[in-house]
Amino acid sequence: MDKFGFTISKGRQIDYDVNDRWLADYIFEREPSFRLCIECGGCSATCTTSNFTGFSLRELNILVKRGENEQVRKNIKKCMLCGKCTLVCPRGVNTRNVIFLTNKAFLKKDNNAF
Amino acid sequence: MHFDPFIIPFNIGLYFILIYAVVRNVIWFRGLSRPDKLRLQRGFFGKAFGQSLRDIFLEGLLHRRIFKINIRLWYMHMSLAFGWFLLILFGTIQADIFSDKHLNAPYKAIFFKFFNPEHGRTGFEEAYGFLMDLILAFILTGLFLAVIKRFFSGVVGMKSTTKLKLTDRIALTSLWLIFPSRLLAESFTSGAYGSGSFLTGSMGSWLASFLPASQLAYPFWWMYSIALGTFFVLLPITRYMHIPTELFLIFMRNSGIRTGNIAGSASEVQVYSCSSCGICIDACQMNFAAGVKSMQSAYLMKAIRNNDGIAEIAFNCLMCGRCDVKCPVGIELSPIRMIQRRNGAANEFKNSYKGYFRSRNNADTEKPNGNPVYNFLPETEPAKADVVFFAGCMTHLTPSIKKSMVKILDASGLSYNFLDENGGVCCGRPLMLAGQDKEARELINFNSQLIWKTGARILVTSCPICYKVFKESYYLDVKVLHHTEFIKYLIDENLVKMKFLRKKVVYHTPCDLGRGSGVYEAPKEVLKHISRLEKSKFEDENSLCCGGSLGNMKTSSQNKSRISHDAAAKLTAANPDILATACPLCKKTLAAATVTRVADISEIVVEALVESENKKSKLKRISSTNVLVNN
Repeated sequence: MDKFGFTISKGRQIDYDVNDRWLADYIFEREPSFRLCIECGGCSATCTTSNFTGFSLRELNILVKRGENEQVRKNIKKCMLCGKCTLVCPRGVNTRNVIFLTNKAFLKKDNNAF
Repeated sequence: MHFDPFIIPFNIGLYFILIYAVVRNVIWFRGLSRPDKLRLQRGFFGKAFGQSLRDIFLEGLLHRRIFKINIRLWYMHMSLAFGWFLLILFGTIQADIFSDKHLNAPYKAIFFKFFNPEHGRTGFEEAYGFLMDLILAFILTGLFLAVIKRFFSGVVGMKSTTKLKLTDRIALTSLWLIFPSRLLAESFTSGAYGSGSFLTGSMGSWLASFLPASQLAYPFWWMYSIALGTFFVLLPITRYMHIPTELFLIFMRNSGIRTGNIAGSASEVQVYSCSSCGICIDACQMNFAAGVKSMQSAYLMKAIRNNDGIAEIAFNCLMCGRCDVKCPVGIELSPIRMIQRRNGAANEFKNSYKGYFRSRNNADTEKPNGNPVYNFLPETEPAKADVVFFAGCMTHLTPSIKKSMVKILDASGLSYNFLDENGGVCCGRPLMLAGQDKEARELINFNSQLIWKTGARILVTSCPICYKVFKESYYLDVKVLHHTEFIKYLIDENLVKMKFLRKKVVYHTPCDLGRGSGVYEAPKEVLKHISRLEKSKFEDENSLCCGGSLGNMKTSSQNKSRISHDAAAKLTAANPDILATACPLCKKTLAAATVTRVADISEIVVEALVESENKKSKLKRISSTNVLVNN
């Protein structure tokens, strides 16, 4: 079956007990509009960065909420903060501030400021 | 009589503040960079000296800029500053002429009446006494306004007044007490000796008619002295520090020293020159349209001075620059805010000696790692062209502007390259506004290479945000034009033909194009050429922010929408057919807030465009590009 490009994918479950949601809590506290996100993907569709690389703000938002922070850390710096996502957001989420806060939170974490 | 114990509080305060001001100025001078020190020396001993003296008189004493903004507020500030200056000046002259000695200690002038109670009986002395009373009355009227303003700010035409901390309140109270206690002290003394002019004399004789004037005078002289002493001692840790600091600022500015990008003496002097007059609060759209009254520039200056709550304030601002042009002291408010954003709102200075001095804050700041973050950007080989068109992110969100610009560029017959036709890289300014200069520099380098590879000499952009950063932060050997400037050039050189549209148009000046880059006339010239341009109440420097600004990281979309609705309502008050703007972001935000048609200038130009049959020859094209570069 391997030759057909099909494999049995590894079992995967989102374990909220294991995942650490400190990042999500940090952002919720400082940017409450993050809660309004309906994960429509408008931000990813308009994104300047995703034109060049596999960067999806929608995906990162979901990962933040799940507490899968390492994936977020790897990718969030790719954002150029151009603000198109904020303008297209149908829910009025201040996505620029969400990204800004995420960067700041990782910076704080790296400097043991938490 | 040459001495009395009551002068001690005044003398302590006076000599304290004089020594303090000298020490503080020396510290600031030493903190300047070497080139700035040389600039200041050259400014002090050179031509700029006269200009500085003129500014000190016109702005520091007469407050000319406040006069232009609000006459009642001007009277209040001017009568206190200029009146007090006159009182000291003429008081000193009075003491030097009429005392038994010439060249007296300062207290002799301030408490002249106490030491010379019989003064004011002969003709000349009487006239001089009249003058002194007149000056005192002049100050008291201003003080009267100031007291009322504190409680009902509407009286002087201000919608809001600054909130104060405790030391500010004590200093304010002692400032308020200075002149009434002088009035009472002089009146009682005059009443007791039967001297004094129209104010102190008549008030004195009236008070003496039912009060023991000779006994009551002395406590009021004490009160006068204590009020002065308290005010002088508290001055350095309150907003009244702006009085000595502004002198330094004026000399600094006239010597050509600017705030720059990092915190230092230059920015510190600016921060301490803020008098918290509140003019920036009234000018701020976050205040009058969105009702946020805690993040205006006066509060930022205060937060930096007190080293408290800077982060909340620094990032919560549209960066529209309305306060920059309104500030009567001429403080570079937006550059100071950008400094705070750059260092992550961690103040470079902390207060020491109970706030009387400041020292460098050597606390560890959070350092990001130095790895490049945009190394995924591909290497591309753009086609060669004379003109490069960079639409920018926001223009890609408003495709009608993009299409219009392509039509205009085609019609011009110039050889051009649409650099980011299939989506380009951000110009870097949004990152800068978030204080991330290092990341922004990566994008700037990437875009610079692309532009350089095209070999173009003209860069046209549709977005004022890009325009500002191209002009200020890119080191490119190209002429940067906003599309309105480019269209104006096409019209001037007769490269495109246009018909006149019978439409009433109001023009909204985008912040980054107008106040940010100083392009006011080109867009209006283009609109005048093709339509009936009407004036609005918010022209040029007084233009409004559309509310969509990328400058504000913090505020909610509701607040932004309040601002855009307010701005749109004000701009369409005259019911124009089209609300024209020159910025894709403004267009997008304003269009969502009004029923009037909102259009970018390029769209209106395309409507007016007349297709010409014979295309321009290549020769004409090249020569016209040369003209454009050389202009």
